[in-house]
Amino acid sequence: MSDSPASPLTTADGVPLKISLRRAVRRSKLKAFLLVSPLLLFLVIAFIMPIGEMLWRSVDNPEVSTHLSRTVDALEGWDRESLPGEEVFAALAEDLREGQQARNLGLLSSRLNYEKSGMRSAITRSARGLGALEPPYREALIELNAHWGDLDTWKLIERESSPLTLSYYLAAVDRQLTPDGEIVRAPETQRLHVNLFWRTLWMSLVITGLTLLLGYPIAFLLASLPLRYSNLLMILVLLPFWTSLLVRTTTWIAILQSQGVLNDMMVALGVIADEARWQMIHNKTGTIVAMTHILLPFMILPLYSVMKTIPPSYMRAARSLGGRPFLCFRRVYFPLTIPGIAAGGILVFILSIGYYITPALVGGQSGRFITNYIAYHMQTSLNWGLAAAIASILLFVVVVFYLVFNRIIGVDKVKLG
Amino acid sequence: MKHYQQKAGKPAMKLIACAVAGVSVLGVASVVQAQQTLNIVSWGGAYSMSQERAYHEPWREKTGDDIVNIDRSANALAGLRAQSQAGNVTWDLVDMLPADAMIACAEGLIEPLDHDELLAEAPDGTPPSEDFVDGALGECFVASIVYSNIVAFNSSMFPEDQQPSTIEDVFDLENYPGQRALMRRPINNLEWALIADGVDRDDVYAMLETEEGIQRAFAKLDTIKDHVIWWEEGAQPPQLLADREVAFASAYNGRIFDAMVSENQPFEIIWDAQVFELDGWVVPTGKLDKVRDYLYFATDTQRLADQAQYISYGPARLSSSEYVSTHAETGIEMEPHMPTYEPNFATAIQKDDEFWADYSDELNQRFDAWLAQ
Repeated sequence: MSDSPASPLTTADGVPLKISLRRAVRRSKLKAFLLVSPLLLFLVIAFIMPIGEMLWRSVDNPEVSTHLSRTVDALEGWDRESLPGEEVFAALAEDLREGQQARNLGLLSSRLNYEKSGMRSAITRSARGLGALEPPYREALIELNAHWGDLDTWKLIERESSPLTLSYYLAAVDRQLTPDGEIVRAPETQRLHVNLFWRTLWMSLVITGLTLLLGYPIAFLLASLPLRYSNLLMILVLLPFWTSLLVRTTTWIAILQSQGVLNDMMVALGVIADEARWQMIHNKTGTIVAMTHILLPFMILPLYSVMKTIPPSYMRAARSLGGRPFLCFRRVYFPLTIPGIAAGGILVFILSIGYYITPALVGGQSGRFITNYIAYHMQTSLNWGLAAAIASILLFVVVVFYLVFNRIIGVDKVKLG
Repeated sequence: MKHYQQKAGKPAMKLIACAVAGVSVLGVASVVQAQQTLNIVSWGGAYSMSQERAYHEPWREKTGDDIVNIDRSANALAGLRAQSQAGNVTWDLVDMLPADAMIACAEGLIEPLDHDELLAEAPDGTPPSEDFVDGALGECFVASIVYSNIVAFNSSMFPEDQQPSTIEDVFDLENYPGQRALMRRPINNLEWALIADGVDRDDVYAMLETEEGIQRAFAKLDTIKDHVIWWEEGAQPPQLLADREVAFASAYNGRIFDAMVSENQPFEIIWDAQVFELDGWVVPTGKLDKVRDYLYFATDTQRLADQAQYISYGPARLSSSEYVSTHAETGIEMEPHMPTYEPNFATAIQKDDEFWADYSDELNQRFDAWLAQ
């Protein structure tokens, strides 16, 4: 140690204390980082990368520019008023011939067919028929398939030749581009997704409200009963929570279907006639009932954990100051449970927006969610771009809800247990 | 074997020679690559069971190969794409519809097939390219069965003197009341709606390419919309009929047949305006050498005829029909239950794969929007 106040403090080995401290802190930071790095890596691989990939896929548009590269080049400077000239058709013939040999025209024809029905066979048929064709290609190709004589086909190819596209997002909100590039609403017979978004949000709100209505008294009971009763009750809450989702969903089918337990009982008791059995499943009612039941524990558990921390003496104090039971509940108890309501509410709401197995099994036609269409476009129609666009919009909606929620209630107030 | 040697007479000599040659080739092959595992993708249920009995069991006995059944055909195209993008194709042979096969072929996901080189000749020496029904051999596809989309009804739900018999009856709520179960897809439903509305069956697809035709089909479906339960899994229609939840149900003919003979259900099939279609094998890219011998075996005349003992789907080979015998368990004659049986086939429509390849995106969305109205 030095006597002079100007000289810096050093450790025993002569290193300035500041540096030595910084080193120690850095070392412990590194250790901490190494400890969390497996989790971080997991999050990046299983969460951030797939979301990035999804966002990318919703605008990615490589098909036309890669598989029709010659045609796209030849189209440059085209006046868009009349059919392109022979050199463009010759380039198209060359592109199709190459694609046929490499057998990679499938994605291109699917891509164009999303925008204009009939393009799939226009491409596959023309590619197959090319072998026998002689120049001039213009007449020959138009002869082979009438789509090549349609001005809109060429406008479409030119429009979709850019490497990024908005058409998946437009399709996801029931809009489309005209051949001249204006955004218009899809014809009424093709409008589907916007209604489904609204229905998904609306039904999720109803389900959240119902779980709150049913869950609040149960949580209150759990929190206020003596331990040995409340433990038993807790098992009754948790047991269905641990049961397979599919089992719980199919049980509701057995109970609610028109030849099911509930209807049979009603008929036996003479409440309803045999011919007028209630349709309670494969519609909105089915989805709401089954999902409310399935998501109920997600409401009860946060509520319970908050209620457990409210000392019973508060209510007693309020009563002793002369408050009537309802007033005491409204002014004292209820405000203290708001963090639990908020936690349960946001949990149930976000879970139900993303639910898809239960609506698929019990929703019939009217109880279907937008998520069922994501699954449909992933597995059946194979329009992954559209699936990605719908999923991205859904993600955006959830983020907006979360931000609004944070603004109004504050995420720091949320207690999950 | 004995059975058709007697019948076939002279060509039988050729057949024996063929069979001997075939067996010896297979014998050599099985020594070289004995005991491999084949991952075969199919549809599950009664259909996979029929393949198990007719193809897989004899093949296991013959070669010692292990065969794993994967019930993923309903999403086979998505599966093939995903596996190919991931660079790890685990499926060796896939059972799929020709429309999907066309798309997979154009994307290079499956192998082009040289049918005459890969497949067995008919017992009389007819080359494979001439022995299959029309449309059964695609660029990358070889059909094994002809199946049919039909409407069936529960005969106990109608008085004996008023049983439905035509596709018009399905749309006739007055004379044939009750719920209907239809597949939740435009496919088949639009065809039937137009035919029930009086369109000639040869003009159906031409009509459907026009806006008026589509509107007309939906307008006809509107007349029964409130009485329809929409199904999505092939197992649902026989169940709905058996539970008497519906009076009519569209279904795959094999499933209805299965319920009729195995469970003694009082179902009847309306063969009028059946929409028939093929189904068969494709080979994922790079797997041809592995499955070559199996494919040769599983598509020969006798194997296709054998399959028809277990399920009422017609063999895709012309030469198989004379070897089709009786149902393996109940011993009933299979022929009258086949889609291709003359009286059943009189008003049949062949599903137009190219039409649906072009219009399914648009019409599926329109159908869903129509349902949601």
